[in-house]
Amino acid sequence: MLSRVADSLYWMSRYLERAENTVRQLDVTMSLMLDPGGASAETRWKRLTSSLGKATGIEWNGDLEDMARILVFDSLNPASVNFCVSAARENARQVREEISTEQWQRLNRLFHHMHSPQAQVQFSANINDSLAAVIDGVHLFKGVSDSTMIHGQGWQFIRLGRYLERAYATATMLEVYQPLLFSRAEGEHSGYQYLELVGLLRSCTSFEAYCQVYTADLSPDRILEFLLLNRDFPHAIRYTVDGIRQAMEAIQRTGGRRAPDELFAVIGRLHAMLGFTSIGEILTGDAAGFLHTIREQCMRIHELIYRYYVHYSVQSALAV
Amino acid sequence: MNAGHSVELDTLFGDYPLDQAFDEMREGNGDVRLHYRALAETLARLPHDELQRRKQSADLAFLTQGITFTVYGRDEGTERIFPYDLLPRLITAQEWDRIERGLTQRITALNLFLRDVYSDAKILNDRVIPRELVYSCKHYRRQMRGLQVPRNVYIAVVGSDLLRLNSGEFVVLEDNLRVPSGVSYMLTNRRVMKRTFPQLFTSYGVRPIEHYAQLLLSTLRSLAPEGRPEPNIVLLTPGVFNSAYFEHTYLARQMGIDLVEGRDLVTHDNIVYMRTTDGLRRVDVIYRRVDDDFSDPLIFRADSALGCAGLFNAYRAGNVTVTNAFGTGLADDKAVYAYVPRMIRYYLDEDPILPNVETYLLSEEKERRHVLANLDKLVVKAVGESGGYGMLIGPHSTAKQREEFARQIEASPRNYIAQPTLDFSRAPCLINNHLEPRHVDLRPYILFGDKVNIVPGGLTRVALEKGSLVVNSSQGGGSKDTWILE
Repeated sequence: MLSRVADSLYWMSRYLERAENTVRQLDVTMSLMLDPGGASAETRWKRLTSSLGKATGIEWNGDLEDMARILVFDSLNPASVNFCVSAARENARQVREEISTEQWQRLNRLFHHMHSPQAQVQFSANINDSLAAVIDGVHLFKGVSDSTMIHGQGWQFIRLGRYLERAYATATMLEVYQPLLFSRAEGEHSGYQYLELVGLLRSCTSFEAYCQVYTADLSPDRILEFLLLNRDFPHAIRYTVDGIRQAMEAIQRTGGRRAPDELFAVIGRLHAMLGFTSIGEILTGDAAGFLHTIREQCMRIHELIYRYYVHYSVQSALAV
Repeated sequence: MNAGHSVELDTLFGDYPLDQAFDEMREGNGDVRLHYRALAETLARLPHDELQRRKQSADLAFLTQGITFTVYGRDEGTERIFPYDLLPRLITAQEWDRIERGLTQRITALNLFLRDVYSDAKILNDRVIPRELVYSCKHYRRQMRGLQVPRNVYIAVVGSDLLRLNSGEFVVLEDNLRVPSGVSYMLTNRRVMKRTFPQLFTSYGVRPIEHYAQLLLSTLRSLAPEGRPEPNIVLLTPGVFNSAYFEHTYLARQMGIDLVEGRDLVTHDNIVYMRTTDGLRRVDVIYRRVDDDFSDPLIFRADSALGCAGLFNAYRAGNVTVTNAFGTGLADDKAVYAYVPRMIRYYLDEDPILPNVETYLLSEEKERRHVLANLDKLVVKAVGESGGYGMLIGPHSTAKQREEFARQIEASPRNYIAQPTLDFSRAPCLINNHLEPRHVDLRPYILFGDKVNIVPGGLTRVALEKGSLVVNSSQGGGSKDTWILE
C-alpha cells in the first residue's frame, strides 16, 4: 500500500486511542476528586496532566468543570479530546478510499457530535454521560474497523498505531502513579487507598479483569504486575507489545521485501523483556527505569517503522 | 385551476411563475408535461410535511457519508454538503438520443482538432481557424508538439455543459476538456434519490448510471502503454485541500485503484513509481485531476508542489499514460470554442447536431465595437477561466463593473468573448415546502477510450438563488438528479 496511506491510517488509529485514553483518565480523576480525604484537586489535576504526557495549556485554574471542558473541547489544544478526534478524522479523510464507508461514517458522526452545540449541553448536564458517549463512539469505530475492513496491511497499520499508542500511554501513566502506589503506610487511610487503586485500574478499563485474575484483593504489586505483564488482557503492556509484534509480522508477510532486522530486533527485545521478567525483579530493581525503557523502546519502534516503510530513500528502494 | 390538476397540485405549485423561459415541467399554458405527470401526482399525494421529512433524511445521508465540497477562502466550516434539490430532472429518450449523438460528434471532432494542432496543424494551414488564436492561447502547450499519445486520445474524460433555450433546444455552452468534476455528485445523488423516492423509480423506467466508475476504469485501462497487460492505474489528486477531493476519493474507491498525491510519486530513468510500504511500484496510467500547470515542476510551474518532477519526460518517453493529455485546455478556450462547429464540418464533414451559443470574438474589431456598445445586454467571459469566475453578466451588472470590463477588453481583447444573455430553462425545485422554478444546466459525462461512451444522465446544476443564472457550486449553485427515461 502507499506509504502515505499507511502513515495516515497509523495516525488515525493513534489519535483515537489517545482520545479514549484521555477521556478515561479524566473521568477517573474527576470521580476521585469527589472524595475529600485524598490528594487536593490541584495535585490530582497535575498528576493527570503528567500522566497525559505533560500536557500543556491546561494548568489548574481552580474550576474543575472549566478545566474538564478545556481538556475535552478546546480543539486548539493538542492535548484535548476534540483535537485528537479532529486529527483522526483528518487522517481518515486523506485515506477515505482505503477505509470502509461504515468506518468513515462512524468517525464522521463522532466528529460532528463533538463539534455540535448538543455536545456542550450534554457536557454541562452530565459530564459522565458525555464522556461515556465519546468512548462509545471510539469503541464503535474500532468494532466497525474490525468487522468491515479487509484485514490486510492497512488494518495492520491501524492495529500497530493502536497498540503502540496504548503501550506508550500506559507506561507513561504507570511512571507517574507507580511511586504513589507504594508511598502510603499500611492500613492507614485504607478506604482512600482502595479508591486510588481502583481508579488506577479503571484508567485502563481493567478493574473487572483484575478481579477475575486476582479477586478484589487489591495490592499495588499485583496491580503493577497485571498492567505490565499480563499476557491476555488487551490493556496490559505485554499484550500490546505482542500485538505490535503480530501486526509487524503480518505486514512483513504480505510485502515482498526483506524484513528490516533492526526493527524486529527492537520489538523482539521489548517483547522478551516483558515476557521474561517477574514483578519481583522489577520492584526490587529500578521500576521507574523499567517503565522509562518501555517508553524509549516504543519511540524507537515508531522511528524504525517510519524509516523502513514510510520515509525510506529512493536509492535504498531501487537498490533492492 | 388547470384541467387535470388536483387541488393538492395547485397548492404545491403556489404562485409558480411561467414566462418565456422554457420550463422543464410545465408547458406554456401551465399544464404539466406528459413525462412529468407521474412525478407531479406523486408529489401532490404526499402528506403535507412528508417532502420536508424526506429532505431532512437525505441531508443527513449526505452529511454522514461526507459528501461534501470545500469552499475556498474561509477558515471555518470549510466543508459543506453539496447543495442539492430533491426533485429529479427528467429527460425523454428522444431528447437524450439527440444529446448523445451530438456530444459524440463534438468530442470526436475536438479530439481530432487537438491531434491535428499538436502534429501537422492542417486546420491552421487551411485557414479554417486563425493561427494567432491557437498560438496565443494560454493553454496551448508547445511541449506537446509531435508527441504520440496512446491511441491518439487526448480527452478521455469530458464534461460538457449544455443549456436548453426557450425553443426547447439544447445548446453547448462549454466543453470542459481539462479536469471536469462533479461526476461523484451525479452518482451520489442517484443513490440518495433511490432511498428517497423508491416508488418513483418503479413507475418511471430510469436508465442506470451506476456503472460509470467501471466504464471509467476500462477507459483508463484501454489507454495503458504498450506491453503493460496488467497496468497499475492511479488517480492523481492535488490533495485534501482541493474542492473536489471528495470526488477523487470516491472515484478511486469505486474503481479500486490507488489515490496518489504528487508526493507519493517519484521518477527514475523516465519511469514513474509510487512509494509503497513494500518499496517502489511502477505506475502505468495516471488519471490526472491536477491542472497542467501544477503537474510537473520541471516543465510547467516550477513553484508547484502538487505534481511530480520528471512526470512529463516519462510521459514523453511513452512509459506512462497521463490522461487527459496536457494542453487539452486549448480546445476549451472560449474563443476557440466559437470555431467548434467549423471543426466538426472540417474533420467530419457533418453538420453539428448540437449548436453552439452565439459568440462574439473581441479580437475582431467590428464585433468588439458592437459588444462594447451593448455591455449591459451581454455576458462577457474571460477565455481561460472556468467555474463562473472572470465573468460579467450585463443585465445584472453595475455601471462601474461594466467600465472595468470595458477597460480590460480594450487592453487585451484576445482574453475575452461575449455571448448574449441566455434565457435558459428552469426546472421546479423544492423551496420551503412548495415548488419554484430555478435555472438549470446539464453536464453529461463523456468517456473516450476505445470509443465514445456516455452514461445516460449527468449532473443537472441548479442556480438555487431566485432569478440567478449562476449554477456553479462555488457560487451558490446546487444539483439535481437527472433521469433519462426509457
